[in-house]
Amino acid sequence: MSAPIIEFKNVKKCFGETVIFSDFNFKVEENEIVSIIGPSGSGKSTLLRILMTLEGIDGGYINVAGESLWHMPWQGRYVPANSKHLHKMRNHLGMVFQHFNLFPHMTVKRNITEAPMRVKGVSRTEAEKFAEKLLRLVGLADKADSYPNDLSGGQKQRVGIARALAMKPSILLLDEITSALDPELVDEVLDVIRNLVKEESFTMLLVTHEMYFAREISDRVCFFDKGAIVEEGEPEAIFTQPREERTKAFLNAYIGQ
Amino acid sequence: MEFGEIVSVLLQGAIVTIQIVAMALPLAVLMAFSFGLIRLYAPAPFKQIAIIYIEFFRGTSALIQLYWIYFVLPFFGITIDAMTAAVVALGLNIGSYGTEVVRGAIQSVPKGQYEASIALNFTSSQRLWRIIMPQALVNMIPPFGNLAIELVKATSLVSLITIGDLTFKAKMLADTTLQVGEIFGVVLLFYFVMAQFLVFFIRRLETHLSKGLGRGGLHS
Repeated sequence: MSAPIIEFKNVKKCFGETVIFSDFNFKVEENEIVSIIGPSGSGKSTLLRILMTLEGIDGGYINVAGESLWHMPWQGRYVPANSKHLHKMRNHLGMVFQHFNLFPHMTVKRNITEAPMRVKGVSRTEAEKFAEKLLRLVGLADKADSYPNDLSGGQKQRVGIARALAMKPSILLLDEITSALDPELVDEVLDVIRNLVKEESFTMLLVTHEMYFAREISDRVCFFDKGAIVEEGEPEAIFTQPREERTKAFLNAYIGQ
Repeated sequence: MEFGEIVSVLLQGAIVTIQIVAMALPLAVLMAFSFGLIRLYAPAPFKQIAIIYIEFFRGTSALIQLYWIYFVLPFFGITIDAMTAAVVALGLNIGSYGTEVVRGAIQSVPKGQYEASIALNFTSSQRLWRIIMPQALVNMIPPFGNLAIELVKATSLVSLITIGDLTFKAKMLADTTLQVGEIFGVVLLFYFVMAQFLVFFIRRLETHLSKGLGRGGLHS
């Protein structure tokens, strides 16, 4: 088996006095789709935010695509990463946010083309061509010139997905992407992800409360509680025969079996 | 004195007032942006300098600042003509309030916007200028509008350092003709028209900048 594309080693993370991870270990293989479920405050989103470099770590190491994310080699040892190193590492990663975080002052098309053009130096023609392709993929080809505030929540999130994909990340992080949506809009967003993984292979890490979706799409499901993985395995095993009491209690409360 | 003559003398004063505003306003905006950004992003010693500037110019009287620059600085060997002193004093004074406008507007852009711009790997200057600033500018316009109007009104202080602005001419006319009703009526109207001109311009700017942001009151 090749080296994992994501690896957390003895990671420690605190917010002030609150310890989120005390000694966290975690691996994701290339092209693996991993769902993270668990009660709120268990550190699920923090895990994604650390990977996206939105939160630093207080100890341990994280490797992404064979390189240390938060550290870099310097004179034979590892030192905390500088902004140049983080800039390089972020090329591997893309993130879709719970609250979309689209840029309200830009049209849908520019939301998608701005980063490829400014960050990667892609030409406008090429960036726009790819944006059109992505908008067709998410079913919003007719909304290219709209502003985000003229879209529904589900449409906004589909643009959010297109915007993340425009940077061609090898790892896609989905942070509760349907939690802020009205129930009837959830499926239009999840369908985009369903189609996406059918067409291309991705390493995908998703924090979700959509248990049916997690069960259907994942290669592996991790149940998180209090900053640790309590139980993990194939979705069928986790959802039909959970071994741990905490997993059972959580799933019962959630699905109401 | 004929009403027409009064108006023509006051008009000369109004032109001086407009000149001062036209020079002090860009200075104020420049100070507001540079010190606002220093206050937010620069290393600690520069931040301290910015804070001293802001608190000093906000916390003392504009008139006394004007007197210092025009009457006191010459004792330290720095002699400045009245017009420059007026522009510098008013620009720095209004600019110090503007600094807090810039800072507040930048900080009011939601955190998610910073996070999305990090996730898309924009550099820190691209984040500021392409993502945060265009949104912050819209928040800045109304308070900047207030400050611009404050500036117009504060220019009347310069009459006290021998500049022949609108207020200066009005007092001069009033002392010689005693036609105070007509004179100060016209002066009031002139200040009002200048302020309304700024209001009109600021509204246009706000409409232009808020495209897509879905703001603009109840009708939207």
